[in-house]
Formats: sequence, structure tokens, C-alpha cells
Amino acid sequence: METKILWLLPLSPLVAFALIVLFAHRNRALSHTLAILSVVLSWAGSMFVFWRALQVGAEHLAEEPFHSVINWLPIGNGFFRLGVQLDPLAAIVLFFVAWTIVMIFIYSVGYHNFGQPEGDHDEKGLPPHGATVEHNGHKHKVPSIEPMYSRFFAFVSLFAFGMYLLVVSDNLLTLFAGWEIMGLCSFLLIGFWFKKPSARDAAIKAFMTTRVGDVFMLLGIAYLYTQVGSLRYADIFNPETLHHLATHPAPVLGMSAAGLIGLLLFIGTVGKSAQWPLHVWLPDAMEGPTPVSAMIHAATMVSAGVYLTIRIFPLLAAAGHETAFTSPMPIIAFIGAFTALFAATIAVAQNDIKRVLAYSTISQLGYMVAAVGIGAYVAAAFHLVTHAFFKALLFLGSGSVIHGMEHGVLHTGQHIDPQNMYNMGGLRRKMPITFWTFLIGGFALSGFPVVTAGFWSKDEILSEAFGLGHMGVFWTLAIAAFLTAFYTMRQITLTFLGRPRTEAAAHAHETPLTMTGPLMVLAVFAVAFGWLGVPEHFPILGHMLPAWFQEWVGATFHGIVPEHGELTFSYFPLTVSLVVALGGLLVGWLVYRGVQRADQPDPLERVLGPIYGLLENKYYFDELYTYLLVKPAYWFGAVFTFRWMDRTLIDNNLHAIAYLSWRLGNFLRNRIDLPIVNGLGDAIAEGTKGAGRLLRVVQSGRVQHYMLMALVNAAALLALVYYFVARS
Amino acid sequence: MVPLSWYLIVAALLFGIGVYGVLARKNAVAILIGLELMFNAVLVNVLAFWRYLQPTGTAGLVFAVVIFAVAAAEVAVGLALFIAVYRRFGSSDVDDINLLKW
Repeated sequence: METKILWLLPLSPLVAFALIVLFAHRNRALSHTLAILSVVLSWAGSMFVFWRALQVGAEHLAEEPFHSVINWLPIGNGFFRLGVQLDPLAAIVLFFVAWTIVMIFIYSVGYHNFGQPEGDHDEKGLPPHGATVEHNGHKHKVPSIEPMYSRFFAFVSLFAFGMYLLVVSDNLLTLFAGWEIMGLCSFLLIGFWFKKPSARDAAIKAFMTTRVGDVFMLLGIAYLYTQVGSLRYADIFNPETLHHLATHPAPVLGMSAAGLIGLLLFIGTVGKSAQWPLHVWLPDAMEGPTPVSAMIHAATMVSAGVYLTIRIFPLLAAAGHETAFTSPMPIIAFIGAFTALFAATIAVAQNDIKRVLAYSTISQLGYMVAAVGIGAYVAAAFHLVTHAFFKALLFLGSGSVIHGMEHGVLHTGQHIDPQNMYNMGGLRRKMPITFWTFLIGGFALSGFPVVTAGFWSKDEILSEAFGLGHMGVFWTLAIAAFLTAFYTMRQITLTFLGRPRTEAAAHAHETPLTMTGPLMVLAVFAVAFGWLGVPEHFPILGHMLPAWFQEWVGATFHGIVPEHGELTFSYFPLTVSLVVALGGLLVGWLVYRGVQRADQPDPLERVLGPIYGLLENKYYFDELYTYLLVKPAYWFGAVFTFRWMDRTLIDNNLHAIAYLSWRLGNFLRNRIDLPIVNGLGDAIAEGTKGAGRLLRVVQSGRVQHYMLMALVNAAALLALVYYFVARS
Repeated sequence: MVPLSWYLIVAALLFGIGVYGVLARKNAVAILIGLELMFNAVLVNVLAFWRYLQPTGTAGLVFAVVIFAVAAAEVAVGLALFIAVYRRFGSSDVDDINLLKW
């Protein structure tokens, strides 16, 4: 029963996609109904399966996951088998995926202004500009419905299919298929407003950058297949196979096969989860509509990268355990920690509300990756789930803010960027629900103690780092946590607190229930989910609440991951965590509460000086990549391949052949065809004419000539007769 | 009696002169005169053969009369033709009547 439902979970949104594209495209209400119905069905199925999993229990589920396999591709003597599987890790991921997807779909109905009139001069491919409405003889502009409404729901349904497929799959091949489908959908959705050149470029950039990661990931999958002969988790993650992979040397970098495979698969995560150095696509991906940013870049797609890394943790641990070979774990930990700090520093200097959240996502994913790198995969999974909830909440909240600002922009006719935080201010009074939910999300992100989920998961990572002795990682993540709290409070202060800095902000108002409803639901999770993972040694609360999450996820890899003993509890990481979180929030509020005007320079500019420019320009990584990679690629395509090889080599060869054919043809025509063949025919005709011309003379028209000729002929005839006939 | 061949030679000579007249003269009337000569030569020939070979029969004489009549009729017709042609071309030169050439 459960496995039947597992097979159907991805199918539901896929069917919605097909129906919308083929039949429901013109009817907006039908499109969103189909889409939302499909994800609600998937959500219901997910909840049922999750409840059943809870009933079965973690250990039993880890040993005997719900699974169902089919013989898919005949190979050699056997089959390549694939199917669905649910173990504890997949169950908890399914939980948050189902909730966040449903919330985002419902949110999108309001975000794309369903029920509003069509715009004055909206065109497909550009964001809607607003419609003019008469009201008691007074005209004013209201937000207009998105022209490509149905297309959006079709694409996000396809995206939901990709994510569900990835989560329920029991093998790396269908995981990769879901991965790539999501890559495609992120391209389609980032470039949703395709007439904006910036959106088009961002979509291509996203696809290309993740593709780089995907190529290495595919190499890893192929290498794994050659070593193991199967891609199913059950066949890979068992002690014998892991031991074989960990002891078998790989030809590169002095790693074992397990290490190399783990590293290659991790590079896929680097691309998909926007870790340094493949982080460049995620901030630009904010060109897409906000539900897309929430879905793709908070809740699901980037989480898929971390999910993969956690999923292959046994492989990484096995590779890290054997001391003879290079382990991939330090590399992973370094990239994670570096990215966390790197992105946090950039986020401090960004003024676009979504861009701050984008860099924040990169930074938090760095936390998770670093946690896996030091061996704390349970903490990474915990942070993955809580992050999905509060980051989705923050993105949807920012969308709500932008909506409110756009309403203000339309109302006042001011031409300002509704996404620039310096144009906001005082929205606390105008948009209260958005404010409170955003505050909850922001505090969760910063790690506000006890009452937010982010605190528990982040604290766990810091404790593990400290307890296992990885001080570099610990301090890096701690500084990043301080910056996280700082820029979050900066964001909240600039957006919601103080007084409105522009007329548009003064005219903003709260968004409808279809948008604020999901915010409220997600806020509940952002607060409460953390209480499922309170560690035992936490003062007071540790004894009241069980560490359910750690036991649940920890059971997944029981027996195939080297266990480490209980860490000795220390108050030090907890203290550091509290200090950085609360300190960051306080400093952020103090620095930014004095911002009065929209055009005023950032207070940090004075403090940091030239460094601020470096941060604001994202350390010039985009420019570096353009110079190193993009321009050479263009050169290769435009000059080497097109001009030199195609036009010069190949085309000139063809021209030469054509020229020779032309010469040959001319020769055959002019020297052979015309003189000989035509000439022969003409000679016959001309000869006949000539003969006639000669003989014509006989017909002179004069009777006497004719008579003379008759006489001569008769005499000749007579002579002939006389001599040959009569004589004998 | 004179031998038959003398009459025949005369007739042949006359015929020859007549042929010359037909073939070599420009004037149409002269051609008709030559034509008459040819007729008369033939007449001499026929009468010579009658007299020397079958003098009692009437066939030769009848043949001669027929030739005589035909000659007269033909000249009449020829002159009529020539007058019509002369009215058309305005010249009595047969060399000018060459419209039926190529």
C-alpha cells in the first residue's frame, strides 16, 4: 500500500503538468485548480506514508524500508532494476517537501494576482504592469494578473514532479533524472519573464553552472556503476560493497574509489546547492518570480543537493575512514565552511531584499555541507529541514513585501525599485502579518534561542564541530552565524521598522489571505519543528523533550556508518551560539535603525571603506568567470569553430568543389556538348538545306528550261531502252 | 519513187528546227511557230508512212486530218493563253514568266 502511494506521489503533479499544457492552458482557474489539487493529493499521500513510517519505527524502517522494484532495462543476463524506497531520511525529507510545495502553490495563486483584471499593456514574457480601474469616476492603477498564469502552474507542477521523483527514488539514476528535470524547470522558471534580457541570461547562467556540476556527478555515477554494477542504494550502501569501494584505489588524486565517487557526486551538489565556486547562478536566479525563488532556491532544488550528500554519507564516511587514501571529507568541510562565511559577507552589502536571501541560502547550505564534511550528517539533515521551512517562509514573505511595495508603486506612480530595501521602511504597520511571519523566519535564520527551529539545528552543527575538534570549521561557522544574524536584522530593520522612506512604502498594504495563509503555516513549522530535535544534554529542556529527530534520522545509516561515541557536552558552543545570534541581531538593529532616507549611503560603507565595494560586487567573481570562462567559450564558438573551421575550412572546401564542378560543366557544355552533339544535328540540317539551295536552281520558273530538261531526259531514256532492251 | 528515209530525214530536220524554235526563242509567238513546225514535221512523217506502207487505207489520212485539227485548236488556245499572260505581265518575253520558281 505504502509503496503504491510512493509510486503515485511524483505522478500526480506530472499529470497536472500534462493536463494543463494540453487542455487547460486557456482556463486560468482550471490550471491552478489542477496544479493545487495534484500537490494536495501528493501531500496527502506523503502524510499518509510518513504516518505509516512513524508507526513502523525508525530501526525497522531503516532495515526494511518501504520499497518496490521493477525490472526496467534488460542488460546482459539480468536487468537494470529501479524503483521507489522510503527510509527514515527519505521520510523526513518527503515531509518537508510536501508541506513546502503545497504552501508555495497556494501562495502563487495570490502572488500572480488571480482575480485581478488584465493589465493595460501587459504582454506575455514581461512582468505584469498594472491595470487602470475606474472607481466612482476616479481612476487608479491596480495590480494585474500575470499573462502567463497557466504556464507558471504547468512549470511548477513539472518541478514538483522532479522533486518528488528525486525523493522517492531508490537509485541514483532516477535521482539524477529528477535532478535534471528540476534543472530544466529552474531554467524555465528563472527565465519565466523571457522578454527581460536579464532573466534570459540568468536562466542560461543557472543551467550552465549547474550543468558543470552535473557532468562531474554523472562521471561519479558512471564510475560507481562500473565498480558496483548497480545504482540502487540497497546495493551500494551495504558493508561489503562499501568496504570494496573504500579499499579499491582510484586513478586520481590518491583517493579510493569511494572517495573519488563521493567527491564527484559532491561536485554535483556544489553546482546544485550553489556552493563556492559554482555559487554564481543563485543570486541571479532571483530574476524569477518569488514563488520560484522560494521553491527552487530554498525549499526543494538546492535541498536536493544536500540530500544527495547526506544520502551518500556512508560512502564518504567509508572513504574517510580508511587512512591510506585521501579522504574527500576535508574538502567537503572546507567548501561548506568557506561558502558559509563567503556568502554571509556578501549578503551584508546587498540592498535587494531577495538577493540578501539568496546569499543567505548559499551560506546556510554551506552550513549543511560543512556539517556533512565533519561527519555530523544528522545535524546537516536537521538543518536541511528547518532551513527549508524558514527560508521558504522568508522568500514568500519577501514576495509579500514586494507585492505590497508594487501596490504602492502603482498607486503613487513613483518609478522606484520595489525590491530595494532602502525604498521600504515602516512596513510593520502596513503589513502586520507579513511582518510577524518574516520576523519569525528571520529569527529562525539567525538562530534566536529556543523559540525558533533554526536555533536548534544551527546549535547542533556548532556543537558537533566543537565536540569533534574541528576548530577551523567551528569558528568559521560561528563568524558566519554572527554575520547571518547581522544581515537578517539589517534586512528586517530596513524593511519593516522605522518610518516609510518612500511614498510607495507609505501606500503599501497587506496581501490577501492566499499569500499570508501559507506564511502563517510555515511560521508554525519554523517555530515548532526545532523542538523535535532537542539534544538530551541541553539544560532543562533536554530532559523534557526527546531527541526524536536525531534518533529518527540517525537510524537510517545504522550499521553502515562508523559510529562515534557520545560527545562530551560543553557549554562553550552553546554560549558562542547565543552570543553570535543575539549579538548579531542587536548590532544589526543598532546600526540600521537610524536610516532615514532612501538615497542615503549604507552606514557600513563608511566603516568598511573599499571592502564594502568588494562585498557589494560579490568579490567580482562574475567578472572573473566572464573573463576566464565565458569569453574564451564565446571566442571558441565565434572564432575558432565558426569563422575558422566552419567558414574557412569547410565552406571553402565546398566552394572549391563547387568551382571545379562549374568548370567541368562549362567544359563539357562548351567544348563537347555544343560543338559535337549539337553540331552533328545542325550539320545534318544545314547540309540538307545547302543541298536544297544548290538544287533549287533547277526550278527556274521558265517553261523552256523545263521542256529542255524533259527532252534531255527523254533522249537519255530512249537511248537506254534502245541499247539495253530493244537490241537484245 | 524516192526512198522513204529521205522523207523521214526531212521530217526529222523539220522537227529539230521546231524544237530549237520552241526551246531557244524568247517571244511566245515564235515558240508557237516552232510548235507549228513540230506539228508539220510530224504530219510529214505520218503521211510518208501512209503513202509508202499502206496507201490504200484511210487510216493514215484520217490521222493526218486529226493532227491538223488538233494543231489548229492548240494554237488558238496557245494564243489565247499568251494574250492573257501578256495582259498580266505587259511583256512578250517568256523569260519574264517565272513566278513559279522557288
